[in-house]
Order: sequence, then structure tokens, then C-alpha cells
Amino acid sequence: MAIQFTLNGKAQSVDVDPQMPLLWVLRDTLNLTGTKFGCGMALCGACTVHIDGEATRSCITPVSEVAGKKVTTIEGLSANVSHPVQKAWIDMDVPQCGYCQSGQIMSAVALLARNPQPTDADVDDAMSGNICRCGTYLRIREAIHRAAQMHAATAGHSLPGKRAKKSAETAAMTLDEPPTVGPTAGGAE
Amino acid sequence: MSSATMKVDRREFLKGAAAGATGLVIAIYLPNRTEAHAAAASEAVPFAPNAWIRIGTDDTVTLVIDKSEMGQGVVTSLSMLLAEELECDWKKIRTVFAPAAKEYANPVFGMQGTGGSTSVRGMWTPLRKAGAQAREMLIAAAAEKWGADKAVCRAENSQVIHTQTKERLSFGSLAEAAGKQPVPSDVKLKEPKQFRILGKEMKRLDSADKTCGRAEFGIDVRQPGMLHAVVARCPVIGGRVASFSADKAKAVRGVKHVVQISSGVAVVADNTWSAMKGRDALEVKWEEGPNASLTSTAIGKMLEEGASKPGGAVARQEGDVRAGLASAAKKIEAVYQAPFLAHATMEPMNCAAHVRASECDIWAPTQFQGVNQMTAARITGLKPEQVNIHTTYLGGGFGRRAEQDFVIEAVEVSQAVGVPVQVTWSREDDIQHDFYRPASYSRFEAGLDAEGWPVAWSNRIACPSIMSRFFPGSVKNGLDESSVEGAADLPYAIPNILVDYQLTETGIPVGFWRSVGHSQNAFFSECFVDELAAASGKDPYEFRRRLLQKAPRHLGVLELAATKAGWGEALPPGRHRGIAVMSSFGSYVAEVAEVSVDKKSGEVRVERVVCAVDCGRTVNPLTIEAQMQSGVVFGLTAALKGAITINKGRVEQGNFDDYQMLRVTEMPKIEVHIVPSDQPSSGIGEPGTPPIAPAVCNAIFAATRKRIRRLPIRPEDLV
Repeated sequence: MAIQFTLNGKAQSVDVDPQMPLLWVLRDTLNLTGTKFGCGMALCGACTVHIDGEATRSCITPVSEVAGKKVTTIEGLSANVSHPVQKAWIDMDVPQCGYCQSGQIMSAVALLARNPQPTDADVDDAMSGNICRCGTYLRIREAIHRAAQMHAATAGHSLPGKRAKKSAETAAMTLDEPPTVGPTAGGAE
Repeated sequence: MSSATMKVDRREFLKGAAAGATGLVIAIYLPNRTEAHAAAASEAVPFAPNAWIRIGTDDTVTLVIDKSEMGQGVVTSLSMLLAEELECDWKKIRTVFAPAAKEYANPVFGMQGTGGSTSVRGMWTPLRKAGAQAREMLIAAAAEKWGADKAVCRAENSQVIHTQTKERLSFGSLAEAAGKQPVPSDVKLKEPKQFRILGKEMKRLDSADKTCGRAEFGIDVRQPGMLHAVVARCPVIGGRVASFSADKAKAVRGVKHVVQISSGVAVVADNTWSAMKGRDALEVKWEEGPNASLTSTAIGKMLEEGASKPGGAVARQEGDVRAGLASAAKKIEAVYQAPFLAHATMEPMNCAAHVRASECDIWAPTQFQGVNQMTAARITGLKPEQVNIHTTYLGGGFGRRAEQDFVIEAVEVSQAVGVPVQVTWSREDDIQHDFYRPASYSRFEAGLDAEGWPVAWSNRIACPSIMSRFFPGSVKNGLDESSVEGAADLPYAIPNILVDYQLTETGIPVGFWRSVGHSQNAFFSECFVDELAAASGKDPYEFRRRLLQKAPRHLGVLELAATKAGWGEALPPGRHRGIAVMSSFGSYVAEVAEVSVDKKSGEVRVERVVCAVDCGRTVNPLTIEAQMQSGVVFGLTAALKGAITINKGRVEQGNFDDYQMLRVTEMPKIEVHIVPSDQPSSGIGEPGTPPIAPAVCNAIFAATRKRIRRLPIRPEDLV
């Protein structure tokens, strides 16, 4: 029986084994390969997505568990790499090999949504489940603080003309309703 | 040994390897319009003057990156080399990865591949020349249009400018005419003081793709009709399939085929998860082979016996070490050990292949396209040029992706089932079927004179050999120079030195691991030097300084690191410093580590690392900083956590719970200082790794007076 959920803002239906982890549904059934396989045991965080706004390891989440829920992947974060966290990542030259960065970014976005001005300790706490073998941790920390600053600057902006942009960015930060664009999943096969 | 010597070895290797199969031998210096050009032309690119540059009428500048991007930043740094002379608009650059073709041979190896921190070293001149060549052709085309002398035209920001009339023509508008110009054979390159890109902080070109999920890694390759496979391999290293039953595997939803290949039994399904479930259900009987009872304890004994045997291969001999020891006022002995290590790239091994009667496509996160082509040719019976290699981004490499095993599997499975197949390794597959950093055993004896200065240094190393498998021809008289690099090239002024080597095979396959032999030999040598300093009652920094008076580049980084770290100044209570220095891949790195050790638990916390690097002329300071940080984290992870152990021939670790990685919570502050230099650019991908383990262990000694002589550092040894 098909399982239905919202994927990056759009209705999605998949007819797969309900036990199949969301990770493999995303990657192999829907060809949304931005979410990465790293360990299969929720030890490395490369597969992190948001389920109803919560950072979740998709490698151990059976797809049946997301029925009726909102799933956001790295592809759904912004249309053109414009999410403040993505912009901060680029500004700070964070990625090296880049493989873990989808998961790092999804964890960071979830952190900033619940804690817009995190301390280093808050960052470490929220990001300790995400391994980076290239050791980009220092730049990740700086990028999260930078994204927090961008968010604060945008939120504090009161010029009427900027309001539309502000609310879009705020929405992106909080992920109430992800502004989906990105490559949309083509459905099974 | 030294990187220069290694270079010769690897080149010989590739000559040997290539001559065997294909005749691909030469390192082409500056290729012209050959196959890559033909490929570019077939895509209707009007201007493709050489293998690396394509300019379209729409002004797009496409740079062909012929090294594998595994995080070390080659997409950016090689583009910088091209763009500096091409004078193109940096913002309009796109990059593509090169196909496998002989013009992309690594000039250091003689074959297409990425490793040994050679990318910038090898391409410094060829890419600048390629950029200048293209620029001159664009200028010639503009001069022709204007009826002007080339001398009054110059290029800037993707335009050619007539310096007298101030007219401008874009590269795009000149592309077709430039394509008809003769390729200049001799071009003048800029003087370093004229550089506008090289040496500047340039942001990575691949960041945007890597922050939105768009960057394509090998594991992300999707081809029409592609199936997904996993392979059941014998859990005992060196074992093989005795028999298997596919019935239960085939009953799993989504499983399409079960086929035996050289490394085991492949389960092929319409998605990776079904393939994994099919493998769980598969019934295989294994012939466990000669390693069935092998243990780490037994391997430790093999290495210890190796290091006890006299008559090893001499890697370095100066003076008379026996006489030196006999004359010494004080003698010091120590034994050091390092374990096997897995690479654990974040992207597990994988490869996709599609084998047909007359062609084979391989999509792979690979470091060694040249050998991949020959490997697939050997399996399929095709010619190497019928094998198309599509290099993707690499989710980490560290030497692991110079191997062929993951490519062989994909080719064999695709050949067996007749459609495109992607073989994906689980994390357990990846950790348990690696080519490991060799476990190594190092025995030292040294003598100090009455003033405490060393007069003799004897070092015998026993470890398995990487090169005996990779290129047997390079191992001469029992000496694998990669096993003793970082040991035989000890930079200290000591009159009597003997470093010898006992090649000791253990049954465990070994391979290149970031910084190779330096990774363990830096730990051995730089800790033992510290022991000598302590035995002589001298400060470990001042001790090294005095012995490095004739090694100016070692001395330069040592002094810079010590100064920036405030060596000798007071530290917060409980913090202690250690220092180490090592040269590798043409570069020099010193690191000072500040650590604290919990007296009750023995837990070591590395608080701060100050790193000084001399890598010759700076290409991109942002990349150098990133690579030093990365190298430190890589080495620190190994020092604090890394060990692959063997029981009954099986690797005992399997995932990130028992083969742990450094996490953000354990991350020290890392400062990187670059020594200004006009020497040729040298490696940065690996040299940050070797000094960190000894710097930390030396700091632990300062904190506890306990010597760490085997890695990883074990808290129980410190309480």
C-alpha cells in the first residue's frame, strides 16, 4: 500500500516495503541523492533530514513512520542555495569533500530553528552526532554563528520594502513551511 | 624515504604497470589537440586549445579538472593555476572532471591519478602554460579582427582590450576565431609579483554544490535501468566462497540476481536496501583460508620478531652507529608500536559500471583513473580506450580510492547481469575490507654524549609493505621506502645513524593512508627525539633547534610554531605543551599541541594546536589552512581512537561505534601559520597529519611524565 507524506512541500506517495528506511526511499526510489548514507546506524548524521521540523536520522527511520508527516531534505532547503545556513557555509568556505555537509546543514538548521543564538556549547551539543572526516568542525561552528547573525540582522530589519524577504528567510530558518523548490522527486521510477 | 625518492618509485611503478597492459607510459608535458580536444570539439565548443580549457561563444569558461577532488581543494587550486594566465572572469568559471585520457597523466606518476600530495606540485607549470597558451590565441584573434599588433592587446577579466583604442572584445565573441589560431608552442609566464589570483584567498568553487545536495558523489550516480548491488565477502581476510545458496536471498522483495564474483557473492536488487536485505538472507559457506586463526596478538609477535632480527634492509647509514653507541655516556632504548588503521572515508566505497560488448562505462569516486581503465580492460577483454571513466566527487579519499577492489566488483557484476549496476559498500564492509595503514613496530637505541647531545641513533622498523603489492619492482633488497619515510630522513644532526627495515608480512592487506609511512614514523621518531631531550635534561624545543641548524626549513617551521604557541610561557593550570616537526611531500610542518589530562580518568583533551607550515609558494591560503586543520583532525583521530584489531582473521571493528571518529565536541582550537616562501609549491593534503600524534604524546609526557609508546593513546595507561 502506498505511503503518503509531504516531501519538500509537495505531496509524495511511494509504494515500497514500509520497513524500508526513509534514506533509501529518498535516494533510490525518489532519486533525491543529497541525503547521504554513512553508517546505517544513526552514528554519523550524514543522513539527517527534518521530519516535522525535527532533525532525524533517515537511515534508521522506516518510511512507514513518516506517513502523513512533513519531510524536508537538503534539496528542499532553498531554491538557489539561498538559505542563511547555506549562505554562511559558502561564506565560511566550510566544505572539503562535502559528503557529510548535507547532514551537518540539516542539523544546523534545526538547531537555529529552536535556538536562534546558540553558544559554542549549544553548537557542540547539537552537532555532536554529525561526523566530518575532513575535520571541518571549526568552520562549521563559525558558519553557524554567522547564520545566526544573518538571521538576527534580517529579523531586526524594519524597512518595509525588505519585509517580504525577511519573512521568507525567517520561514526558512524556522522551517514552519519549507519554501520548496529544488529538484522535485519524480515519484517511484 | 624522502618524497623525492618516493616520486621515482611511483613513477617506476606506473611505467611498470602501464607497460604490462597498455603502453600508456608517458607523462605528457603540455598536450595539444588530441583526444580531449576531439571530445571537446564534438560538443561543439568553438575554442578548446588544450586539454584543460574550453571557451564557448556565450563566454562560459569550462576548466577541465584532471585530478580527483576529495576535499583537498583541487577544483579550486587547479582552476587558479589556469585562470591566473588565462585572465578569465573567475565568476564565470565552470569545472568538469576529466575523462580518462593520456593527456591527463599525472606528471609525477606518469599515469592519471591523484595522490602523494602531487596535484599542485605536478601541475604548477603545465596549467599556467595552458592558460597562457589560450590567452595568447584569444589575443591573436582580437588583434586580427582589429588589424592591430598583438603587442597593443592584453587580456583581462574574460576580455581582450586594445590598449590604445580601448576597444574590448569578450572571450566568447573571440572563441571561434581563437580556435583557428595556431597553438603557440612557447608562451611567457607571469613573474610571481604579477600574480593576481595565485597566493590570494580564493573561496572554493565547489561550495555551493556541496551545500545543496547537488554535488554528485559516486554513490549518487543514477543511470537508466541501473540496479543496486551489495557483495557478501568472506569475513576472514583472504578467504573465499566455498558454496552458496541464493534461494532465500532471491525471495526478498526487490532482489533480481545473485551472482558469484571474484570477491564474493553479489546480491543485485532494484534498490540498495533490498540488496542489503537479500545479502542478510543469503547462505554462504566460506573457505576461510590461511588467516582463519590470525589474531592481533600473533601479528604483534610477528612484528616484534621482525624488529629483533638483525640484517634488515638498510635505509640509511651514516658513520658507525655501534661505535657511537659504545662511546656514549648514556644509552636510551625504546620500542614503539602503531596499529592498523582503516581509512573510513565518509562516503563508503562504491562504484557503478555498465559493461557492453564494445564499451564499458565506469562512474567512480576514484583516485586512480589510469589503473581503473586497465583493470576494467583486463576483466572485460576490452581495450583500455574502450573503457570510459566518469570521475565523480569523492567523499574522502585518503589513499583508499587508489585501490581497484570497488571498481573490479562493479565491472564484474555489470558484466554478469548485463545492465548498469552500482555496488555500494555498507560501513561494515568498508571498515572490514580495507587496505589498512600498516601496523608497525619500531625499535630504537640512542646514545648521548656527556653534554647530553646525541651521538648515535639506531632505528629498526618492522612492518608490512605497501609497495610489494602495489609495485613489487620498487622494493629493492627488501626495502620498501614507504615503510621508512619519516624515519630514514631524520633531519637531526647526529653523527652516527642507522635505520633499517624488516619487511614483515602479516596476512593483512595494507595500502596508502593519508601521509603513508610518515603517519606512523613521525610518531616514532618525534617521540623518541623527545625522550632524548628529556634524558639530557634539555627543553624539547631547544634540543631540536640545536640539532636542526643545518635543516633550515625544518627549523623555520619549528621556530614559527613555537613562537606562535608561546613556547616557554606560562599556561593555564593543568595544560601542557608538546612539539613535533616533520617534512613530507616536499613540505615542512611543525605543530605544538596543548593538552590536559584528567588525573582520575586519564582522559586526554587536546585544547589547542598551533601549526606552522612551509609548503613553498602559497597557492591558496584558505586551502592550506583547511588542509592543515583537516590533517590535524585526521592524525588526532588516529592518535586518540584509531585501532583495527584482528581476531580469527576477522576485523573486529565495524562501524563508528567501535571505530570512532573525532567529533566537534573534541575539536581543539587550531591555528595555522604559513611560512612565506618563494620555493616551488609543495604538498598540503597530507603533511598536516604526521606531527600531531607525537606533539600530543609529547605534551602528555609533559603533563604526566608518562611516555606513550603505542597508539592509540589509552586513558588507562595514564592513571
